[in-house]
Amino acid sequence: MIEALVPLLVFLPLIGAVAAFIRERFGHGVALMVLGAGATLTLFHFFTMDHHGWTMNLGGWAAPLGIVWYLDGLSATLMTLTWLLGLAIGMYARTYLAGSTPFWALLLLMMSGMSALFLANDLFNIYVMLEIIGLSAVALVALANKREAVRAAVTYLMVSLGGSILYLAGVAFLYTQYATLDLFLLADRIDGTPLTWVALGLMGVGLLLKSAMFPLHFWLPGAHSNAPAPVSALLSALVVKASFFVVLRLWRDILPAQPDLLAWALGAMGVAAILYGSVQALRTPRLKLLVAYSTVAQLGYLMLLFPLSIQAGYAANAYAGVTFFMVAHGIAKAALFMAAGNLQLHAGHDRLKDLGQAAVALQPTLFAVALAGASIMGLPPSGGFIAKWTLLGVSLGSGQWIWIVVLLGGGLLSVAYIFRVLSLAFQSSTMPRRASGIHPMLQLVPLALGGIAVALGFNPMPIIEAITQAHAAAPQVTP
Amino acid sequence: MSAGWLLIAIIASSAIPAAIIFCLKESSVRLRTTLNLAGAGVKILLVAVLLYGVSQGNSYETRWQLVNDIDLVLHADALSLLFITLSCVLWLVTTVYAIGYLEDSPNRSRFFGFFSLCVCATVGIALAGNLITFLIFYELLTLTTYPLVVHRGTQTALRAGRTYLVYTLGGGALLVAGVAWLKSIAGPLDFTTTGILSSMTHLDPHTLSWIFLLLIVGFGVKAALVPLHGWLPKAMVAPAPVSSLLHAVAVVKAGAFGIVRVVYDVYGIEFAQDLGVLMPLAFVAAVTILYGSVRALFQNEIKPRLAYSTISQVSYIALGAAIAGPLATVGGLVHLVHQGLMKITLFFCAGNFAETLQVHKVGELDGIGRRMPMTMAAFTLAALGMIGVPPIAGFVSKWYLGLGAMDAANPWVIWVLVGSSALNAMYFLPLIYRGWWKQPQLANWRENIPAQRFETHWMLLIPPLVTAGLALAAGLFAGAQFSPLEWAQFIARLEYR
Repeated sequence: MIEALVPLLVFLPLIGAVAAFIRERFGHGVALMVLGAGATLTLFHFFTMDHHGWTMNLGGWAAPLGIVWYLDGLSATLMTLTWLLGLAIGMYARTYLAGSTPFWALLLLMMSGMSALFLANDLFNIYVMLEIIGLSAVALVALANKREAVRAAVTYLMVSLGGSILYLAGVAFLYTQYATLDLFLLADRIDGTPLTWVALGLMGVGLLLKSAMFPLHFWLPGAHSNAPAPVSALLSALVVKASFFVVLRLWRDILPAQPDLLAWALGAMGVAAILYGSVQALRTPRLKLLVAYSTVAQLGYLMLLFPLSIQAGYAANAYAGVTFFMVAHGIAKAALFMAAGNLQLHAGHDRLKDLGQAAVALQPTLFAVALAGASIMGLPPSGGFIAKWTLLGVSLGSGQWIWIVVLLGGGLLSVAYIFRVLSLAFQSSTMPRRASGIHPMLQLVPLALGGIAVALGFNPMPIIEAITQAHAAAPQVTP
Repeated sequence: MSAGWLLIAIIASSAIPAAIIFCLKESSVRLRTTLNLAGAGVKILLVAVLLYGVSQGNSYETRWQLVNDIDLVLHADALSLLFITLSCVLWLVTTVYAIGYLEDSPNRSRFFGFFSLCVCATVGIALAGNLITFLIFYELLTLTTYPLVVHRGTQTALRAGRTYLVYTLGGGALLVAGVAWLKSIAGPLDFTTTGILSSMTHLDPHTLSWIFLLLIVGFGVKAALVPLHGWLPKAMVAPAPVSSLLHAVAVVKAGAFGIVRVVYDVYGIEFAQDLGVLMPLAFVAAVTILYGSVRALFQNEIKPRLAYSTISQVSYIALGAAIAGPLATVGGLVHLVHQGLMKITLFFCAGNFAETLQVHKVGELDGIGRRMPMTMAAFTLAALGMIGVPPIAGFVSKWYLGLGAMDAANPWVIWVLVGSSALNAMYFLPLIYRGWWKQPQLANWRENIPAQRFETHWMLLIPPLVTAGLALAAGLFAGAQFSPLEWAQFIARLEYR
């Protein structure tokens, strides 16, 4: 019954975006209503649906003629995350971005695109949604209206378009060979011709570019650190994961085979990302850049999925761990960017060494950093810990020892950069002044998100079960 | 009544005050003090109920499924009660001390919030029923003690905090690896009194030895086993009540307690003996005992001297765990309590000297017994206990450790004990001599707290007197029911069934 409401997740924000665009003054009201409704719907749906996968033929036409939507535990988890974070970001932005702004129309447009992307089951549909997400993200970055922000937005635009073109080229190659774009039909027909691999390679590179996977990350720090805080939160927590979700689906559903060499190479890329991002986060003098580089590093863990999922018997857990990682990271990273926004708002800048006063004045914000940080560092009890624990279990079980070192060592590196922020709170012994100019809501939202990031560590089963069920039902790549 | 709720209530009795204290304004001193003391008082009552229940043979357990094959388990057995009783009694005393010590200093809400959370973590460690639960509270302890270590906010304090994190979280990572590895080969890891692994004959002994190494290194960082002790002397920049708590109850003890849990309740002492992993542990513990004592000898300041003394004394616990045989077990376990009582007294006294007269160095102690006789008396008693003079608590520990070593045909341990006692005497007796018999050098003292009715603030004076009294009583009435010794024997009987 509730499945009938799923299309609302695409169309409601679309209508809302149009309304918010026409009447910018009411933008926030419309947006918050839509976000509230969407978050409630996805949450309710997540806990009632069958996670083995559910198909819907739009307009009654089946593939290959009509558009097919497919929702399983994996996409439903990310969908729920997206809407909950969207709501949190909306509540934060309501106070952070006062006055009328195109933010709300763009946010709703992006929510629509994300929902449709998670539902999409054919390659062209995915392409369209990636474009919608990419373009609204670029416009959101440009909102900051500073010279650096505009420059970063232009770079981001080029990257986003470049990624899309690569992806589209790959799709075209596949279509010429197999005459279908539907993922399930492709899964049946695909075989490992060289042209197929070229096509998949192009698509993969394009998508990883959009996901800012090292060494294709170069655009991320500028775009994510110059955007206004709620936008940074949106981009780091959700947008980069949308394109990675597509990579996941390609890997899980349509790859003709999962060669060991490719899997290990992708894993090695992840390790490089973790090292590079962490070192940069340790060196940068600015807070928002630190958080942005932390994203570069954390995205590296997602790449461990590939080597960890090739061993039969462990794949389901590998997917569960990585998806859980995305959820935990998304929530924690949104909290971190909001906290960074608060500190910047209070101090008027984001130079780490001069933030001591602001850190002492904004204790709830620092608490949010501590809670979210615990999850990023993977310390128990937190969502990040459960994710890493699951991946540790897979590494141990499948005998891939190297990833244990990566998981634990990467955690220690993140401790080092998170504590660059946390130690600010203890630096000056001056008495805290009254939190001047900071609305309580701005501190409450990141604090709540930090709390959720930790609380996830106490009740991870619903998500893990959802992913496991989805994996059991998905078309399997035959090795 | 469901018995599991008692365990949750014990943890909540410090978690809830912590949450409220964080929200309090700096100026609401009275409410904060009330909350602190009420939390500590309620906890003692709850633990007393638990103690009675366990001694009557009731079992207390509560479970919460985390992932498919991992439960969070809180479980009260005899061993957890030994630790939890120690920590809740000393928490109350330290809270009183800290309230007096931090009067009028900034950031007290933050301090007492984390202070309570730290106790919450310690109690969680005591009650943890399997390694994963233990691990969770163990890491929580690291995070909640960091703000206490850097509380003063100076550059030195922040640097010390960084060192502390590098060591403890590094150790934590190894611990996670060890726990995950053990879980992947042996399944869920509920603690049992004779060890989980002894019944699993199919496991490769080499793998088990490596895991043992990972676990012991992970715990050894906090227990300050040489060469993993580097953080401890640096962490001395923390305020005195924090040092007291860190050295007597929370951090160092958590590490030692972890070692005890691994040896007895994960591997099982006989099985660990067969694996041949106990001898290296005993060796490391012995080296640590001697090394810490020697380093303590060369410290000119009082607090670093006590810090190195801690490194040395805590390893008695590891040593007791590493020698197979019920007598050594009793010695090690009882030292968990005894060392806590004596060391916290010493730190309280050192804090009193520093707060009252700005005395930090050994040389400045001359004649301090005339100005602060009660503090000096408590200090003397605890120091003599550390040396092992009967009838103070420390003697009982050493007696049983020595008997255990003879029993297990490890006579070299006796020499370690003798050497350590001699070294203890060498670095403690000069302090006692200076304090009582040398002429006071008044120029060295700066009267921060003038002597009125008492020699110092009463909240600073009472705690060391209480703990010194407890240390004496633990030795004098070692044979009485519910004494630490009697309880340690009760545990040993369970482990060697």
